[in-house]
Amino acid sequence: MALLEVTGLHVEFRTRDGTVPAVSGVSYRVDAGETLAVLGESGSGKSVTAQAVMGILDSPPGRITAGRVLFRGQDLLTLKEERRRRIRGAEMAMIFQDALSALNPVLTVGAQLGEMFTVHRGMSRKAARAEAVRLMDRVGIPAAKDRAGDYPHQFSGGMRQRIMIAMALALEPALIIADEPTTALDVTVQAQVMDLLAELRRELAMGLVLITHDLGVVADVADRIVVMYAGRIVESAPVRDIYRRPAHPYTEGLLESVPRVDRKGRELYAIKGLPPNPRRIPPGCAFHPRCPRAREVCRTEVPPQFEVAPERTSACFFWRETPGGTGAPDGTEMRGGTEMPGGTETPGGTRAPGGTEEGDG
Amino acid sequence: MPEPRVSPAGDGAVAATGAGGAMDLATSEGAARERGPEGPPVPRGTAPGDAGPGGGGPVGRPRGLWADAWRDLRRDPVFVVSALVIVFLVVIAVRPSLIAGGNPLSCDLGRAQEGARPGHPFGFTAQGCDVYTRTVYGARTSVVVGVLASLGVALIGSVLGGLAGFFGGFWDAALSRVTDIFFGIPVVLGGLVLLSVVTSSTVWPVIGFMVLLTWPQLSRIARGSVLSVKQNDFVQAARALGASSTRLLLRHILPNAVAPVIVVATIALSTFIALEATLSYLGVGLKPPAVSWGIDISNASPYIRNSPHMLLWPAGALAVTVLAFIMLGDVVRDALDPKLR
Repeated sequence: MALLEVTGLHVEFRTRDGTVPAVSGVSYRVDAGETLAVLGESGSGKSVTAQAVMGILDSPPGRITAGRVLFRGQDLLTLKEERRRRIRGAEMAMIFQDALSALNPVLTVGAQLGEMFTVHRGMSRKAARAEAVRLMDRVGIPAAKDRAGDYPHQFSGGMRQRIMIAMALALEPALIIADEPTTALDVTVQAQVMDLLAELRRELAMGLVLITHDLGVVADVADRIVVMYAGRIVESAPVRDIYRRPAHPYTEGLLESVPRVDRKGRELYAIKGLPPNPRRIPPGCAFHPRCPRAREVCRTEVPPQFEVAPERTSACFFWRETPGGTGAPDGTEMRGGTEMPGGTETPGGTRAPGGTEEGDG
Repeated sequence: MPEPRVSPAGDGAVAATGAGGAMDLATSEGAARERGPEGPPVPRGTAPGDAGPGGGGPVGRPRGLWADAWRDLRRDPVFVVSALVIVFLVVIAVRPSLIAGGNPLSCDLGRAQEGARPGHPFGFTAQGCDVYTRTVYGARTSVVVGVLASLGVALIGSVLGGLAGFFGGFWDAALSRVTDIFFGIPVVLGGLVLLSVVTSSTVWPVIGFMVLLTWPQLSRIARGSVLSVKQNDFVQAARALGASSTRLLLRHILPNAVAPVIVVATIALSTFIALEATLSYLGVGLKPPAVSWGIDISNASPYIRNSPHMLLWPAGALAVTVLAFIMLGDVVRDALDPKLR
């Protein structure tokens, strides 16, 4: 049984100018001990999906119109609010992007951490305080005992994010949703925080949903990746496959847009156009106006999820033409070789210097 | 080859990004921690990374909003002066006999309108009462009316406004319309109409009237404040970690939203004192035998040419009191408003 299974989730926002679909039929699953990365640009619906799963969607204006969220076999969407509240924090918890704004400015961090224990476990204040210090110690806050009485603004960004992580982990939940946990941090601190998160996830055998727009962050920690675009999942694959052989033109474009050492001096690739306004999502495949592979059918029909391989789907009619659809030899060849991964054919038809012939299939 | 080492994905594209590369370098968690830019654990005050982005605060270990505000206030001469005046007013309001031995209600018509003389520094009123004694006793009325009316509106306004802002929806809309109606009622005119039917000479009808007509102002402030605090991530974060609505309101929203309410209530205090005097002057506020600066000013005004002292002392006391509370409200606002820091 999957730890978390989201099926056909639809979320829309009611605004003065009508309803805006934010999430249109998202499905994914996370097993215990697994890390799922949800990748997408801002506005792709990845955070809204997470809020719907946590049950903290602002409603109104947000509204879940369809779908199921099974957590340990229990449909969260049908539970009473009081039951859900008890699950939040204890069984599933969330880490937010900006820890400075996600921590209460007028409470000391020790008090905020301790609150997890007084609220959910009914501990005395003193015992909760001791637990808070233990947690701070565990996430690597130096001199935790002295610093428990400090306020959030007295910590550096990395330390604050560690405190945020400590709060989420306080009751050792089975599932953690981390919404861009490192976006607000410096690159060096990002790595430390990611390492910490990965280490704690391993130790506690939790499921982790990692929401991000940074391809580099997820590569080392994720087991599987789902890529979202305009409220839909466009590709879902194990992490190895997606980086080597993306099976959707959007994923291809994303990977092309990452600066690479072997392309030094060349102009950085950028996906043409802009992400669609959620109020006016193009008909058919939402990506077609920006897609180099788009054809007539993409303008009119919404592509279903095609099964590219076991555990692998792509929402592109022409997935067979993508690197992911052109067969396995490409990957097996590369695993042993010293070839650069830029060998796959780029949408523009240009070829990386280290290109492999197998890329053509 | 530029590929430094094999990352888990076996993929140079990843290792070449900043984060991926940095992760490779910081393989050991322990090492990463030790080299963390957060700096050495001790001494606490000097960790280089401590002045995090948005950390704000001046040097010297700021301790949160209230402690910060108190530190600022203590150093502000305006606060010190106004606080001293107010402390003095409160003391004589509680024990007027400390500085005035006489009885404000014992009058001798034979000494009507007489000027200052030994033992009676402020002279006598038209009824032959001692102006000094009456002025001192008048402070009690002003302070009681001002403080109680302020507390009343702060309490009612913030409870109603705060709940409306937090829960939103129908009750919020209903409350907004109700406050609109109250904003349409002119306070002095409303007082003339409503209080003219009251015969009691206590302060309660006046306080009740003031609270009734001015709570909407405070409820609006409280509603706006709660709405803006509610937007903060920490409220959503607390909810994501299982906090109930009550806990969210009392522990996370209230302490962050209460500052503007306190500021407006403090400034309103001076308005209430002035309003009480106005209503009493018009004959609908406190009624004799109550002692109030407003009543005394009213009684003295026909004689202003012959015996100005009868008017000037209570009027001066009123002006000083109102000024002290306005100054206090001002400095409290400055101290609590993070935007002015």
